[in-house]
Amino acid sequence: MKKFKKVLVLSLACAMGLSLVACGDKEETTTEAKKDDTTEAASSESEDGSEEVTEAPVADEGKVFNIYCWNEEFKSRLTDHYPGYEVVDETTGKIGDVEVKWTIVPSTDNAYQNNLDEKLLAQADAADDEKIDMFLVEADYALKYVDTEYTMSVTDLGITDAELADQYQYTKDVMTDSNGVLKGVSWQGCPGVLIYNREIAKDMWGTDDPAEVQTHVADWATFYATGADLAAKGYKLTATVNDSFRVYSNNVSSKWVEDGKLNIDPQFKAWAEAEKASYDAGQTTTGALWGDEWSAGFYPEGKVFAYFGPAWLIDFCMAADDENSIAHAGGWAATVGPQGFFWGGTWICGATGTDNPALVADIMRKLTTDTDIMTDIVKADNDFVNNKPAMEAMAADTSYGDAVLGGQNALGMFCEGVEKIDLSKISAYDQGCNESFQTAMTDYFNGNYASYDDAVAAFKEAIKVKYPAITVE
Amino acid sequence: MNKKNSNVVRYNRWGYFFLIPFAVVFIIFQLIPLVSTIYNSFFKHFFDGMIEIGPNYVGLDNYVSMFTGGKIWKYFGNTMIMWLMGFIPQILLSLLLASWFANPSLRLKGKAFFQTVIYLPNLIMASAFAMLFFALFSKVGPINGMLQSMGILEAGKPYDFLAHTSSARWLVAFMNFIMWFGNTTILLLAGMLGIDTSLYEAAEVDGATSNQVFFKITLPILRPILIYVMITSLIGGLQMFDVPQILTNGAGGPTETTMTLIMALNKHLFSKNYGMGGALSVFMFFVTGILSMIIFKFNSKTEK
Amino acid sequence: MEKKKEKGLPIKTRRIIAYTVLVLVTIMCLFWFYVLFINATRSNAELNRGFTMIPSKYAAKNFKNIIHGSQPIFSGLLNSFIIASFTALLSTYFSTLTAFAIYAYDFKLKKAIFTFILAIMMIPTQVTALGFVQLVNKMGLENSFIPLIIPSIASPVVFFYLKQSMDSSLPKELLESSRIDGAGEFLIFSKIALPLMKPAIAVQAIFSFIGSWNNYFTPALILKDDGKKTLPILIALLRSADFLKFDMGQVYMFIACSILPVIVVYLILSKNIVSGMTVGAVKG
Repeated sequence: MKKFKKVLVLSLACAMGLSLVACGDKEETTTEAKKDDTTEAASSESEDGSEEVTEAPVADEGKVFNIYCWNEEFKSRLTDHYPGYEVVDETTGKIGDVEVKWTIVPSTDNAYQNNLDEKLLAQADAADDEKIDMFLVEADYALKYVDTEYTMSVTDLGITDAELADQYQYTKDVMTDSNGVLKGVSWQGCPGVLIYNREIAKDMWGTDDPAEVQTHVADWATFYATGADLAAKGYKLTATVNDSFRVYSNNVSSKWVEDGKLNIDPQFKAWAEAEKASYDAGQTTTGALWGDEWSAGFYPEGKVFAYFGPAWLIDFCMAADDENSIAHAGGWAATVGPQGFFWGGTWICGATGTDNPALVADIMRKLTTDTDIMTDIVKADNDFVNNKPAMEAMAADTSYGDAVLGGQNALGMFCEGVEKIDLSKISAYDQGCNESFQTAMTDYFNGNYASYDDAVAAFKEAIKVKYPAITVE
Repeated sequence: MNKKNSNVVRYNRWGYFFLIPFAVVFIIFQLIPLVSTIYNSFFKHFFDGMIEIGPNYVGLDNYVSMFTGGKIWKYFGNTMIMWLMGFIPQILLSLLLASWFANPSLRLKGKAFFQTVIYLPNLIMASAFAMLFFALFSKVGPINGMLQSMGILEAGKPYDFLAHTSSARWLVAFMNFIMWFGNTTILLLAGMLGIDTSLYEAAEVDGATSNQVFFKITLPILRPILIYVMITSLIGGLQMFDVPQILTNGAGGPTETTMTLIMALNKHLFSKNYGMGGALSVFMFFVTGILSMIIFKFNSKTEK
Repeated sequence: MEKKKEKGLPIKTRRIIAYTVLVLVTIMCLFWFYVLFINATRSNAELNRGFTMIPSKYAAKNFKNIIHGSQPIFSGLLNSFIIASFTALLSTYFSTLTAFAIYAYDFKLKKAIFTFILAIMMIPTQVTALGFVQLVNKMGLENSFIPLIIPSIASPVVFFYLKQSMDSSLPKELLESSRIDGAGEFLIFSKIALPLMKPAIAVQAIFSFIGSWNNYFTPALILKDDGKKTLPILIALLRSADFLKFDMGQVYMFIACSILPVIVVYLILSKNIVSGMTVGAVKG
């Protein structure tokens, strides 16, 4: 019935000759994209053009737009930066005459994914207004969705490669399925740097100049050698053993799961052995990220030399609003560090079966390719956005400096680091494997397992339970 | 029985009638899910990401792999040890407190206040409580700070409570103890206050010591409530989840020595493993049943 | 006088011991509330710095943040209150009815049914969770309070307690004599059993109310609409907030706010328990 209606509307629209005229009102990119868009989208264009020229191109699509996510971040980005979004109440909004419905389920205990899985599996049979139109994912488990037919190809949504040219490659790697098809986009880039304590650098080497400090942390061997020097003076190299994990894991040369078999990349063993030695030598602790031991280093008495982190960590998480913190005094500085990595980021996916493909495409376009909007996001929310020219322009801006970093403009380093990230080796199982590996190794660091091999055996057992489909040898 | 007149037999039908609401609700909301859980345990059925694997009938394979892994007994042991570590002090303190509250000769003042206060810890959500404990007992937390300044621990060498099996288990047990002893005390007290005071008076006249009164009068009369307390606590203990889950961040560390049965079950839910989850559930069902029977039998034997 | 000596320690010493223990126990019970409320007055940065016993100055700010924050605390309070109240009401009323059925009547399947109910008491909620959610979805009851409230009619634990206390405090002769007076069975239940069981019912009402109020597991599986969520789900959401909004001060304030009402309910009902207990004691 619904299909029939659409056909009817489409043919009517064509007959009235409105279709192209309406499209002509749109900005160029949209028009171009529409050419290889679906008929549904085309019909929506026509209807839209005839009634609400100023609104988003969605008038003939479903009347309810369902977005699934796990926190408020994307909601506030859409509210603040998507033209024409109106807030109705806590959980609903309006774009034109389409009602935007937010379903926000916490990621605690995997609840977000469980709910999303259930809904996606029922997507085909769901009523149009109940269908998920858009959902968000994180890098750790992105492939779980990307490598299935539940996510829509970005090209099929009408977004061309040319439009995405300014985005960082790693943000696309994360969302590329095993056939090389791009399935989602992000407005954020989250490259990381090594953030070091200026006071400690001065005490050690008489200077806090990033170029000079970089020579002491340029690769892992130098990094840990520096750790020994630091420990001799009563400083800690890192706050916890887990700080360096993502730097190692972003630079693997093989996947966690190869041909259905569990595979432990040499990088992971390297991490475990390096950090074990570092911990035994008193250079770090076995605390968890976000824990008390981790955040102790945000204050001078924590005596922690370095953190690995992206821009958001520096700006929002290092307790800059506490007057006793190092960040408050601008006592941190950034340098590239041993290897490039990223931390965080949220990707937007279009759900297969959506009755609002044009709106999905338009949101993706506006938030992740529109330089003006993205610049606004940088200004309003301090996000590092997924837009090379915009970020490079800011990196070159000498008037821009980060107070936490004592006025240093570290964007250049972020831009440099982000180019080095190669995420072609991620798998759909990264989230569970990384977690279990760190858990097992923490027991090894603490001396609860006699050897690395014992810890690996425990890790393998855990994977058997978590992912029964993986062959573990 | 047979001697009872027809009138009695007729009103006994009301027994069935009064059971209807319970039966209907039970069948719909518990029996159906339970049967499907048991049914599922004979199938290989889970999700690999978004891909559904199975269901394929595999007979007892899930049970075989559950027991050959060997971990199930470890988790069972963890659960029981942590339960006992909390329950023994809990029942002792509760008996002591309840007997004080119930003892008129002690003439305790502020009884109502104390009775109210002891239950309060149960009002805090287990997850919130675990968050507090996590902060208090962390390596840079106040407990370590205190121990170091008192010289019990060497300065600069904090003790990592959650990295050692015994201390991690004690923390879990201690939390359960604090959360539940008030509950137990109230239950026992309600039972004790129901005891006819003339029994005590008679005992006093006969010159019984307070210990004799407690063991010869209070405890035997309290038996039904004690059985209730023990069984519900055992069931609660076997279902222990929130506290160790949040305290150890789901890992049941160190080296899975605080991993309880339900935490293990929760791991199977990650891959929506209906088969293994079902098998583990059936195992728990039998274990709880057997243990409860033992408590029942043990108590009714000593009664006679 | 002789008797007192036999009792071992003199009464005065025993009272001193009792008071000492009680004071220690009280501290052990109230300490957590103190920490919680102190933490609710601190900012995120202060909380990161570690622990202190001294209140800070951010209480008003944290509270304001919650009221104007992303999580609808008032609808959360209301939802939690509705679910917990109905759960307490239904579970105690119907469990008393069920216990009465087993206690007061003799019928063929009585023993079997009693054993059966005890057996199902042993099924952990998590065990049937997957099946339960599938069922609820099939019935179209997602986002509804019904699957959270109605199942409490069959609460084996509450039933078991009431059955045990009927054994010790509901004399069968009393029921018999009312029957001779010509009272109907339902009347006997409502006018004699229910009032007599009041202390036990009050105890279980509190337990179920609090159990439901603090329950995260099942509601999180059923309630997905923001307007329907209960407090524990909202707290979980606050805790998984993105880094920009993540604020432990707010989390603690939210927890404090969600504990306050339940303390009030408890204090109101606990008076009932204490007085109910003494009434029960007099009646023997």
